[in-house]
Amino acid sequence: MSPGDAVGPPLWLLFELTYRCPLHCVFCYNPVDFAQTQDELRTDDWLRVLREARALGAVQLGLSGGEPLLRDDLETITAEAHRLGYYTNLITSGVGLDETRLRALKDAGLDHIQLSFQDSTREINDFLSHTRTFELKQKVAALIKAHGYPMVLNCVIHRLNIDHVDTIIELADRLGADYLELANTQYYSWAHLNRDHLLPSRDQLEAAERTTNAWRSRLGGKMRILYVVPDYHETRPKRCMNGWGSTFMAVTPDGTALPCHTAKMLPGMLFPNVRAASVRSIWHDSEGFNRFRGTGWMKEPCASCDERDRDLGGCRCQAYLLAQDPAAADPVCDKSPHHHVVTEAAAHAQDPALIVKPLVFRGPKESLALARRAAGTATA
Amino acid sequence: MSAIPESERPAMSHGFRLQWEEAQNAHVLLYPEGMVRLNTSAGEILRRCDGAHSVGEIVAELEQVFARKGLAGDVIAFVSMAKQRGWLERAP
Repeated sequence: MSPGDAVGPPLWLLFELTYRCPLHCVFCYNPVDFAQTQDELRTDDWLRVLREARALGAVQLGLSGGEPLLRDDLETITAEAHRLGYYTNLITSGVGLDETRLRALKDAGLDHIQLSFQDSTREINDFLSHTRTFELKQKVAALIKAHGYPMVLNCVIHRLNIDHVDTIIELADRLGADYLELANTQYYSWAHLNRDHLLPSRDQLEAAERTTNAWRSRLGGKMRILYVVPDYHETRPKRCMNGWGSTFMAVTPDGTALPCHTAKMLPGMLFPNVRAASVRSIWHDSEGFNRFRGTGWMKEPCASCDERDRDLGGCRCQAYLLAQDPAAADPVCDKSPHHHVVTEAAAHAQDPALIVKPLVFRGPKESLALARRAAGTATA
Repeated sequence: MSAIPESERPAMSHGFRLQWEEAQNAHVLLYPEGMVRLNTSAGEILRRCDGAHSVGEIVAELEQVFARKGLAGDVIAFVSMAKQRGWLERAP
Protein backbone atom coordinates (compact mmCIF):
# COMPACT_ATOMS: atom_id res chain seq x y z
CA MET A 1 0.00 0.00 0.00
CA SER A 2 1.44 3.36 -0.97
CA PRO A 3 0.98 6.05 1.69
CA GLY A 4 -1.31 8.24 -0.46
CA ASP A 5 -3.89 5.54 -1.23
CA ALA A 6 -7.11 5.95 0.70
CA VAL A 7 -8.77 2.76 1.90
CA GLY A 8 -12.45 2.67 0.93
CA PRO A 9 -15.21 1.07 2.98
CA PRO A 10 -15.75 -2.72 3.27
CA LEU A 11 -18.78 -2.50 0.97
CA TRP A 12 -19.37 -6.23 0.85
CA LEU A 13 -19.68 -8.15 4.12
CA LEU A 14 -19.98 -11.93 4.15
CA PHE A 15 -21.11 -13.82 7.24
CA GLU A 16 -20.21 -17.49 7.17
CA LEU A 17 -22.59 -18.24 10.01
CA THR A 18 -21.66 -21.89 10.42
CA TYR A 19 -19.52 -24.58 8.83
CA ARG A 20 -22.22 -27.15 9.54
CA CYS A 21 -23.86 -28.29 6.32
CA PRO A 22 -26.19 -31.11 5.28
CA LEU A 23 -24.41 -31.30 1.93
CA HIS A 24 -20.96 -32.78 1.31
CA CYS A 25 -19.97 -31.08 -1.94
CA VAL A 26 -16.66 -32.15 -3.42
CA PHE A 27 -15.85 -28.57 -4.55
CA CYS A 28 -16.66 -26.72 -1.30
CA TYR A 29 -14.44 -23.70 -0.61
CA ASN A 30 -14.72 -23.99 3.19
CA PRO A 31 -11.36 -24.88 4.73
CA VAL A 32 -10.53 -28.59 4.58
CA ASP A 33 -9.98 -28.53 8.37
CA PHE A 34 -13.36 -26.82 9.04
CA ALA A 35 -14.42 -29.53 11.50
CA GLN A 36 -11.86 -28.21 13.99
CA THR A 37 -13.99 -25.09 14.38
CA GLN A 38 -16.45 -25.79 17.17
CA ASP A 39 -16.98 -22.43 18.73
CA GLU A 40 -19.48 -20.44 16.65
CA LEU A 41 -20.13 -16.75 17.35
CA ARG A 42 -23.23 -15.96 19.37
CA THR A 43 -26.12 -13.90 18.04
CA ASP A 44 -24.98 -10.77 19.91
CA ASP A 45 -21.55 -10.92 18.28
CA TRP A 46 -23.03 -11.13 14.78
CA LEU A 47 -25.35 -8.19 15.52
CA ARG A 48 -22.48 -6.07 16.84
CA VAL A 49 -20.40 -6.80 13.72
CA LEU A 50 -23.37 -5.81 11.57
CA ARG A 51 -23.63 -2.43 13.30
CA GLU A 52 -19.89 -1.72 13.27
CA ALA A 53 -19.48 -2.64 9.60
CA ARG A 54 -22.54 -0.65 8.56
CA ALA A 55 -21.09 2.41 10.31
CA LEU A 56 -18.00 2.01 8.09
CA GLY A 57 -20.16 1.85 4.96
CA ALA A 58 -20.82 -1.87 4.42
CA VAL A 59 -24.01 -2.25 2.41
CA GLN A 60 -24.15 -5.70 0.80
CA LEU A 61 -24.50 -8.58 3.22
CA GLY A 62 -24.10 -12.23 2.29
CA LEU A 63 -25.46 -14.79 4.73
CA SER A 64 -23.72 -18.02 3.98
CA GLY A 65 -21.98 -21.00 5.55
CA GLY A 66 -21.96 -24.04 5.56
CA GLU A 67 -25.71 -23.93 5.49
CA PRO A 68 -26.90 -20.68 7.14
CA LEU A 69 -30.39 -22.11 7.73
CA LEU A 70 -28.86 -24.32 10.42
CA ARG A 71 -28.59 -21.19 12.60
CA ASP A 72 -31.92 -20.56 14.29
CA ASP A 73 -30.98 -16.88 14.72
CA LEU A 74 -30.86 -16.31 10.95
CA GLU A 75 -34.14 -14.38 11.10
CA THR A 76 -32.85 -12.19 13.96
CA ILE A 77 -29.63 -11.39 12.10
CA THR A 78 -31.56 -10.69 8.87
CA ALA A 79 -33.99 -8.36 10.65
CA GLU A 80 -31.20 -6.31 12.23
CA ALA A 81 -29.35 -6.14 8.90
CA HIS A 82 -32.49 -4.94 7.16
CA ARG A 83 -33.11 -2.33 9.83
CA LEU A 84 -29.56 -1.03 9.39
CA GLY A 85 -30.00 -0.65 5.62
CA TYR A 86 -28.10 -3.65 4.27
CA TYR A 87 -29.16 -5.39 1.11
CA THR A 88 -29.41 -8.94 2.41
CA ASN A 89 -28.51 -12.01 0.35
CA LEU A 90 -29.14 -15.53 1.63
CA ILE A 91 -26.83 -18.07 0.01
CA THR A 92 -28.31 -21.49 0.61
CA SER A 93 -28.56 -25.10 -0.49
CA GLY A 94 -32.28 -24.84 0.21
CA VAL A 95 -32.18 -27.65 2.75
CA GLY A 96 -34.37 -26.50 5.65
CA LEU A 97 -36.14 -23.74 3.72
CA ASP A 98 -39.83 -24.42 4.18
CA GLU A 99 -42.91 -22.19 3.99
CA THR A 100 -42.69 -21.11 7.66
CA ARG A 101 -39.04 -20.22 7.54
CA LEU A 102 -39.32 -18.39 4.23
CA ARG A 103 -42.29 -16.37 5.51
CA ALA A 104 -40.29 -15.41 8.62
CA LEU A 105 -37.25 -14.39 6.55
CA LYS A 106 -39.42 -12.33 4.24
CA ASP A 107 -41.00 -10.61 7.24
CA ALA A 108 -37.49 -9.95 8.57
CA GLY A 109 -36.75 -8.06 5.33
CA LEU A 110 -34.60 -10.54 3.43
CA ASP A 111 -33.94 -9.09 -0.04
CA HIS A 112 -32.75 -12.02 -2.08
CA ILE A 113 -32.08 -15.75 -2.08
CA GLN A 114 -29.39 -17.50 -4.05
CA LEU A 115 -30.18 -21.19 -4.35
CA SER A 116 -27.42 -23.60 -5.26
CA PHE A 117 -27.90 -26.74 -7.22
CA GLN A 118 -25.36 -29.19 -8.53
CA ASP A 119 -26.69 -30.52 -11.80
CA SER A 120 -29.70 -30.96 -14.07
CA THR A 121 -29.82 -34.68 -13.36
CA ARG A 122 -30.83 -36.28 -10.09
CA GLU A 123 -27.92 -38.71 -10.34
CA ILE A 124 -25.15 -36.14 -10.56
CA ASN A 125 -26.80 -33.60 -8.20
CA ASP A 126 -27.20 -36.21 -5.50
CA PHE A 127 -23.81 -37.80 -6.15
CA LEU A 128 -21.86 -34.52 -5.99
CA SER A 129 -23.59 -33.33 -2.82
CA HIS A 130 -23.71 -36.82 -1.35
CA THR A 131 -27.39 -36.27 -0.50
CA ARG A 132 -30.82 -36.85 -1.98
CA THR A 133 -31.72 -33.22 -2.58
CA PHE A 134 -32.58 -32.93 -6.29
CA GLU A 135 -36.38 -32.85 -5.93
CA LEU A 136 -36.15 -30.79 -2.75
CA LYS A 137 -34.24 -28.03 -4.57
CA GLN A 138 -36.93 -27.81 -7.23
CA LYS A 139 -39.61 -27.49 -4.55
CA VAL A 140 -37.61 -24.77 -2.81
CA ALA A 141 -37.14 -22.93 -6.10
CA ALA A 142 -40.92 -22.88 -6.59
CA LEU A 143 -41.39 -21.64 -3.02
CA ILE A 144 -38.88 -18.80 -3.54
CA LYS A 145 -40.71 -17.81 -6.71
CA ALA A 146 -44.10 -17.97 -4.98
CA HIS A 147 -42.89 -15.53 -2.32
CA GLY A 148 -42.00 -12.99 -4.98
CA TYR A 149 -38.24 -13.13 -4.69
CA PRO A 150 -35.96 -12.58 -7.65
CA MET A 151 -34.64 -16.07 -8.26
CA VAL A 152 -30.93 -16.54 -8.53
CA LEU A 153 -29.73 -20.05 -9.18
CA ASN A 154 -26.10 -20.94 -8.79
CA CYS A 155 -24.54 -24.05 -10.24
CA VAL A 156 -20.86 -24.77 -9.73
CA ILE A 157 -19.42 -26.11 -12.98
CA HIS A 158 -16.67 -28.73 -13.36
CA ARG A 159 -15.82 -31.69 -15.54
CA LEU A 160 -18.51 -33.93 -14.02
CA ASN A 161 -21.38 -31.63 -15.05
CA ILE A 162 -20.00 -29.23 -17.66
CA ASP A 163 -21.33 -31.34 -20.52
CA HIS A 164 -24.82 -30.86 -19.06
CA VAL A 165 -24.76 -27.07 -19.33
CA ASP A 166 -27.52 -27.17 -21.95
CA THR A 167 -29.95 -29.01 -19.65
CA ILE A 168 -28.79 -27.02 -16.60
CA ILE A 169 -29.84 -23.80 -18.36
CA GLU A 170 -33.07 -25.48 -19.51
CA LEU A 171 -33.86 -26.47 -15.90
CA ALA A 172 -33.15 -22.94 -14.65
CA ASP A 173 -35.44 -21.53 -17.34
CA ARG A 174 -38.18 -24.01 -16.42
CA LEU A 175 -37.89 -23.01 -12.75
CA GLY A 176 -38.34 -19.36 -13.75
CA ALA A 177 -34.88 -18.15 -12.69
CA ASP A 178 -34.11 -14.45 -13.20
CA TYR A 179 -30.37 -15.03 -12.95
CA LEU A 180 -28.30 -18.13 -13.44
CA GLU A 181 -24.71 -18.21 -12.28
CA LEU A 182 -22.66 -20.88 -13.98
CA ALA A 183 -19.62 -20.59 -11.81
CA ASN A 184 -16.70 -22.68 -12.91
CA THR A 185 -15.03 -24.22 -9.90
CA GLN A 186 -12.21 -22.25 -8.35
CA TYR A 187 -9.54 -24.59 -7.14
CA TYR A 188 -9.16 -23.97 -3.39
CA SER A 189 -9.82 -26.15 -0.36
CA TRP A 190 -11.92 -29.24 -1.23
CA ALA A 191 -11.91 -28.38 -4.92
CA HIS A 192 -8.10 -28.19 -4.89
CA LEU A 193 -7.99 -31.57 -3.20
CA ASN A 194 -10.25 -33.00 -5.91
CA ARG A 195 -8.82 -30.98 -8.79
CA ASP A 196 -7.89 -33.93 -10.99
CA HIS A 197 -11.54 -35.02 -10.99
CA LEU A 198 -13.00 -31.55 -11.46
CA LEU A 199 -10.88 -29.50 -13.86
CA PRO A 200 -12.56 -29.58 -17.28
CA SER A 201 -10.68 -29.78 -20.55
CA ARG A 202 -10.38 -26.76 -22.81
CA ASP A 203 -12.71 -28.44 -25.34
CA GLN A 204 -15.37 -28.89 -22.67
CA LEU A 205 -15.06 -25.25 -21.58
CA GLU A 206 -15.34 -23.92 -25.11
CA ALA A 207 -18.37 -26.11 -25.84
CA ALA A 208 -20.05 -24.95 -22.61
CA GLU A 209 -19.42 -21.32 -23.47
CA ARG A 210 -20.89 -21.79 -26.97
CA THR A 211 -23.98 -23.44 -25.47
CA THR A 212 -24.34 -20.61 -22.93
CA ASN A 213 -24.10 -17.95 -25.63
CA ALA A 214 -26.71 -19.74 -27.77
CA TRP A 215 -29.12 -19.76 -24.81
CA ARG A 216 -28.40 -16.09 -24.11
CA SER A 217 -29.50 -15.05 -27.57
CA ARG A 218 -32.52 -17.37 -27.45
CA LEU A 219 -33.68 -16.04 -24.05
CA GLY A 220 -33.06 -12.36 -24.72
CA GLY A 221 -33.34 -10.51 -21.42
CA LYS A 222 -35.66 -13.08 -19.80
CA MET A 223 -32.92 -14.75 -17.75
CA ARG A 224 -29.47 -13.33 -17.24
CA ILE A 225 -26.72 -15.92 -17.37
CA LEU A 226 -23.41 -15.23 -15.74
CA TYR A 227 -20.66 -17.57 -16.90
CA VAL A 228 -17.57 -17.43 -14.70
CA VAL A 229 -14.56 -18.83 -16.54
CA PRO A 230 -12.01 -20.93 -14.68
CA ASP A 231 -8.62 -19.31 -14.66
CA TYR A 232 -6.49 -22.44 -15.13
CA HIS A 233 -6.99 -22.08 -18.88
CA GLU A 234 -6.08 -18.37 -18.90
CA THR A 235 -2.79 -16.50 -19.20
CA ARG A 236 -3.63 -13.52 -16.97
CA PRO A 237 -4.81 -13.81 -13.36
CA LYS A 238 -8.13 -12.57 -12.00
CA ARG A 239 -8.29 -9.36 -9.99
CA CYS A 240 -9.06 -11.35 -6.88
CA MET A 241 -11.73 -9.88 -4.53
CA ASN A 242 -11.33 -6.58 -6.43
CA GLY A 243 -8.09 -6.26 -4.49
CA TRP A 244 -7.07 -7.46 -1.03
CA GLY A 245 -8.75 -5.35 1.67
CA SER A 246 -10.39 -3.07 -0.91
CA THR A 247 -14.07 -4.07 -0.85
CA PHE A 248 -14.69 -7.35 0.91
CA MET A 249 -14.64 -8.74 4.43
CA ALA A 250 -15.64 -12.26 5.39
CA VAL A 251 -16.31 -13.34 8.96
CA THR A 252 -15.94 -17.07 9.61
CA PRO A 253 -18.11 -19.01 12.09
CA ASP A 254 -15.59 -18.51 14.91
CA GLY A 255 -15.27 -14.77 14.25
CA THR A 256 -12.06 -14.65 12.24
CA ALA A 257 -12.16 -11.71 9.81
CA LEU A 258 -10.70 -12.42 6.37
CA PRO A 259 -10.02 -10.34 3.24
CA CYS A 260 -11.14 -13.27 1.06
CA HIS A 261 -13.07 -16.51 1.55
CA THR A 262 -10.02 -18.74 1.67
CA ALA A 263 -7.24 -16.53 3.09
CA LYS A 264 -7.13 -18.52 6.32
CA MET A 265 -4.99 -21.13 4.54
CA LEU A 266 -2.08 -18.69 4.08
CA PRO A 267 0.86 -19.54 6.31
CA GLY A 268 2.45 -16.98 8.60
CA MET A 269 -0.59 -14.72 8.57
CA LEU A 270 -2.44 -13.60 11.67
CA PHE A 271 -6.05 -12.68 10.99
CA PRO A 272 -7.95 -10.71 13.62
CA ASN A 273 -11.07 -11.96 15.38
CA VAL A 274 -14.22 -9.87 15.81
CA ARG A 275 -14.44 -11.07 19.43
CA ALA A 276 -11.27 -9.15 20.24
CA ALA A 277 -11.19 -6.21 17.81
CA SER A 278 -13.59 -3.70 16.30
CA VAL A 279 -14.44 -3.91 12.61
CA ARG A 280 -12.84 -0.48 12.13
CA SER A 281 -9.50 -1.55 13.57
CA ILE A 282 -9.63 -4.86 11.70
CA TRP A 283 -10.29 -3.14 8.37
CA HIS A 284 -7.83 -0.26 8.77
CA ASP A 285 -5.12 -1.34 11.18
CA SER A 286 -4.73 -5.13 11.21
CA GLU A 287 -1.65 -6.69 9.69
CA GLY A 288 -3.81 -9.33 7.98
CA PHE A 289 -5.85 -6.78 6.02
CA ASN A 290 -2.87 -4.56 5.19
CA ARG A 291 -0.46 -7.30 4.16
CA PHE A 292 -1.41 -7.43 0.44
CA ARG A 293 -3.23 -4.13 -0.01
CA GLY A 294 -2.31 -2.19 -3.13
CA THR A 295 0.93 -3.02 -4.95
CA GLY A 296 3.71 -2.18 -2.47
CA TRP A 297 4.14 -5.82 -1.35
CA MET A 298 4.85 -7.15 -4.82
CA LYS A 299 7.91 -9.07 -5.99
CA GLU A 300 9.07 -9.57 -9.54
CA PRO A 301 7.64 -10.17 -12.09
CA CYS A 302 4.68 -8.20 -10.64
CA ALA A 303 6.59 -5.25 -9.13
CA SER A 304 7.70 -3.84 -12.50
CA CYS A 305 4.81 -5.20 -14.58
CA ASP A 306 2.75 -2.61 -16.46
CA GLU A 307 -0.41 -4.64 -15.74
CA ARG A 308 0.05 -4.72 -11.96
CA ASP A 309 -2.70 -2.17 -11.27
CA ARG A 310 -5.16 -4.11 -13.42
CA ASP A 311 -4.94 -7.56 -11.79
CA LEU A 312 -3.04 -6.67 -8.59
CA GLY A 313 -0.91 -9.79 -8.99
CA GLY A 314 -3.93 -12.13 -8.98
CA CYS A 315 -4.91 -14.38 -6.12
CA ARG A 316 -2.73 -14.76 -3.00
CA CYS A 317 -4.20 -18.14 -2.10
CA GLN A 318 -3.51 -19.49 -5.57
CA ALA A 319 0.06 -18.16 -5.36
CA TYR A 320 0.46 -20.07 -2.12
CA LEU A 321 -1.19 -23.27 -3.32
CA LEU A 322 0.69 -23.42 -6.62
CA ALA A 323 3.96 -21.59 -5.94
CA GLN A 324 4.17 -22.09 -2.15
CA ASP A 325 4.59 -18.32 -1.71
CA PRO A 326 1.64 -16.00 -0.95
CA ALA A 327 3.63 -12.99 -2.25
CA ALA A 328 4.49 -14.57 -5.60
CA ALA A 329 2.76 -13.76 -8.86
CA ASP A 330 -0.40 -15.83 -9.34
CA PRO A 331 0.88 -18.77 -11.43
CA VAL A 332 -2.08 -18.36 -13.80
CA CYS A 333 -0.06 -15.46 -15.25
CA ASP A 334 2.22 -16.63 -18.06
CA LYS A 335 4.87 -14.21 -16.77
CA SER A 336 5.06 -16.26 -13.54
CA PRO A 337 8.04 -18.64 -13.29
CA HIS A 338 5.51 -21.17 -11.92
CA HIS A 339 3.06 -20.93 -14.81
CA HIS A 340 4.00 -24.47 -15.88
CA VAL A 341 2.13 -25.83 -12.82
CA VAL A 342 -1.09 -24.43 -14.27
CA THR A 343 -0.42 -25.53 -17.85
CA GLU A 344 0.45 -29.02 -16.61
CA ALA A 345 -2.82 -29.27 -14.66
CA ALA A 346 -4.73 -28.02 -17.73
CA ALA A 347 -2.92 -30.55 -19.95
CA HIS A 348 -3.73 -33.30 -17.46
CA ALA A 349 -7.41 -32.34 -17.76
CA GLN A 350 -7.28 -33.43 -21.41
CA ASP A 351 -6.69 -37.03 -20.28
CA PRO A 352 -9.07 -38.07 -17.50
CA ALA A 353 -7.92 -41.71 -17.68
CA LEU A 354 -4.92 -40.86 -15.51
CA ILE A 355 -6.80 -39.95 -12.28
CA VAL A 356 -5.69 -42.20 -9.45
CA LYS A 357 -6.67 -40.26 -6.31
CA PRO A 358 -10.12 -40.94 -4.84
CA LEU A 359 -12.76 -38.20 -4.81
CA VAL A 360 -13.04 -36.76 -1.28
CA PHE A 361 -16.47 -35.59 -0.06
CA ARG A 362 -16.64 -32.63 2.32
CA GLY A 363 -17.61 -34.01 5.71
CA PRO A 364 -16.57 -33.69 9.35
CA LYS A 365 -14.86 -37.09 9.38
CA GLU A 366 -12.85 -36.40 6.23
CA SER A 367 -12.05 -32.91 7.51
CA LEU A 368 -10.62 -34.17 10.80
CA ALA A 369 -8.58 -36.79 8.97
CA LEU A 370 -7.12 -34.10 6.69
CA ALA A 371 -6.37 -31.84 9.67
CA ARG A 372 -4.57 -34.71 11.42
CA ARG A 373 -2.57 -35.48 8.30
CA ALA A 374 -1.59 -31.78 7.92
CA ALA A 375 -0.53 -31.61 11.58
CA GLY A 376 1.51 -34.79 11.10
CA THR A 377 3.29 -33.29 8.10
CA ALA A 378 4.00 -30.06 9.96
CA THR A 379 5.62 -31.76 12.93
CA ALA A 380 7.43 -34.49 10.97
CA MET B 1 -32.44 1.41 -28.34
CA SER B 2 -36.21 1.64 -28.16
CA ALA B 3 -37.75 5.09 -27.81
CA ILE B 4 -39.39 5.82 -24.47
CA PRO B 5 -42.68 7.75 -24.67
CA GLU B 6 -42.97 10.65 -22.23
CA SER B 7 -46.15 9.07 -20.87
CA GLU B 8 -44.32 5.95 -19.66
CA ARG B 9 -44.06 5.55 -15.88
CA PRO B 10 -40.76 3.83 -15.08
CA ALA B 11 -40.43 1.91 -11.82
CA MET B 12 -37.56 0.23 -10.04
CA SER B 13 -37.26 -3.40 -11.14
CA HIS B 14 -38.13 -6.21 -8.80
CA GLY B 15 -35.26 -6.87 -6.38
CA PHE B 16 -33.58 -3.51 -7.03
CA ARG B 17 -33.30 -0.88 -4.32
CA LEU B 18 -32.06 2.69 -4.47
CA GLN B 19 -30.65 4.27 -1.35
CA TRP B 20 -28.48 7.13 -0.21
CA GLU B 21 -25.13 5.99 1.21
CA GLU B 22 -23.45 8.46 3.50
CA ALA B 23 -20.10 6.63 3.37
CA GLN B 24 -20.00 6.96 -0.41
CA ASN B 25 -21.67 10.37 -0.52
CA ALA B 26 -23.85 9.03 -3.33
CA HIS B 27 -27.02 7.24 -4.25
CA VAL B 28 -26.37 3.57 -4.88
CA LEU B 29 -28.46 0.99 -6.65
CA LEU B 30 -28.49 -2.35 -4.83
CA TYR B 31 -29.52 -5.65 -6.37
CA PRO B 32 -28.76 -9.34 -5.81
CA GLU B 33 -25.03 -9.49 -5.03
CA GLY B 34 -24.27 -6.20 -6.72
CA MET B 35 -24.13 -2.44 -6.36
CA VAL B 36 -23.83 0.52 -8.71
CA ARG B 37 -22.65 3.86 -7.39
CA LEU B 38 -24.62 6.58 -9.17
CA ASN B 39 -23.51 10.05 -10.13
CA THR B 40 -25.68 12.97 -9.05
CA SER B 41 -27.87 13.21 -12.14
CA ALA B 42 -28.42 9.44 -12.33
CA GLY B 43 -29.43 9.43 -8.65
CA GLU B 44 -31.79 12.37 -9.15
CA ILE B 45 -33.52 10.68 -12.08
CA LEU B 46 -33.72 7.21 -10.53
CA ARG B 47 -35.18 8.35 -7.25
CA ARG B 48 -38.10 9.80 -9.16
CA CYS B 49 -38.78 6.53 -10.99
CA ASP B 50 -41.44 5.34 -8.57
CA GLY B 51 -44.00 3.94 -11.02
CA ALA B 52 -46.32 6.87 -10.30
CA HIS B 53 -44.59 9.65 -12.25
CA SER B 54 -44.32 9.68 -16.04
CA VAL B 55 -41.08 10.46 -17.84
CA GLY B 56 -42.62 13.79 -18.86
CA GLU B 57 -43.40 14.68 -15.25
CA ILE B 58 -39.89 13.65 -14.13
CA VAL B 59 -38.35 15.89 -16.80
CA ALA B 60 -40.55 18.83 -15.78
CA GLU B 61 -39.67 18.40 -12.11
CA LEU B 62 -35.93 18.15 -12.75
CA GLU B 63 -36.04 21.21 -15.00
CA GLN B 64 -37.71 23.11 -12.21
CA VAL B 65 -35.47 21.86 -9.38
CA PHE B 66 -32.24 22.48 -11.28
CA ALA B 67 -33.51 25.59 -13.10
CA ARG B 68 -32.49 24.17 -16.48
CA LYS B 69 -34.33 23.63 -19.74
CA GLY B 70 -34.03 20.88 -22.31
CA LEU B 71 -33.35 17.88 -20.03
CA ALA B 72 -35.79 15.56 -21.86
CA GLY B 73 -33.12 14.05 -24.12
CA ASP B 74 -30.78 13.22 -21.25
CA VAL B 75 -33.54 11.77 -19.07
CA ILE B 76 -34.93 9.61 -21.87
CA ALA B 77 -31.45 8.34 -22.77
CA PHE B 78 -30.77 7.44 -19.14
CA VAL B 79 -34.13 5.73 -18.65
CA SER B 80 -33.65 3.60 -21.74
CA MET B 81 -30.13 2.64 -20.65
CA ALA B 82 -31.46 1.75 -17.17
CA LYS B 83 -34.21 -0.37 -18.74
CA GLN B 84 -31.69 -2.17 -20.91
CA ARG B 85 -29.62 -2.99 -17.86
CA GLY B 86 -32.70 -4.23 -16.05
CA TRP B 87 -32.71 -1.52 -13.36
CA LEU B 88 -36.06 -0.10 -14.42
CA GLU B 89 -39.24 -1.58 -15.78
CA ARG B 90 -42.42 -0.02 -17.11
CA ALA B 91 -45.08 0.33 -14.44
CA PRO B 92 -48.33 -1.42 -15.43
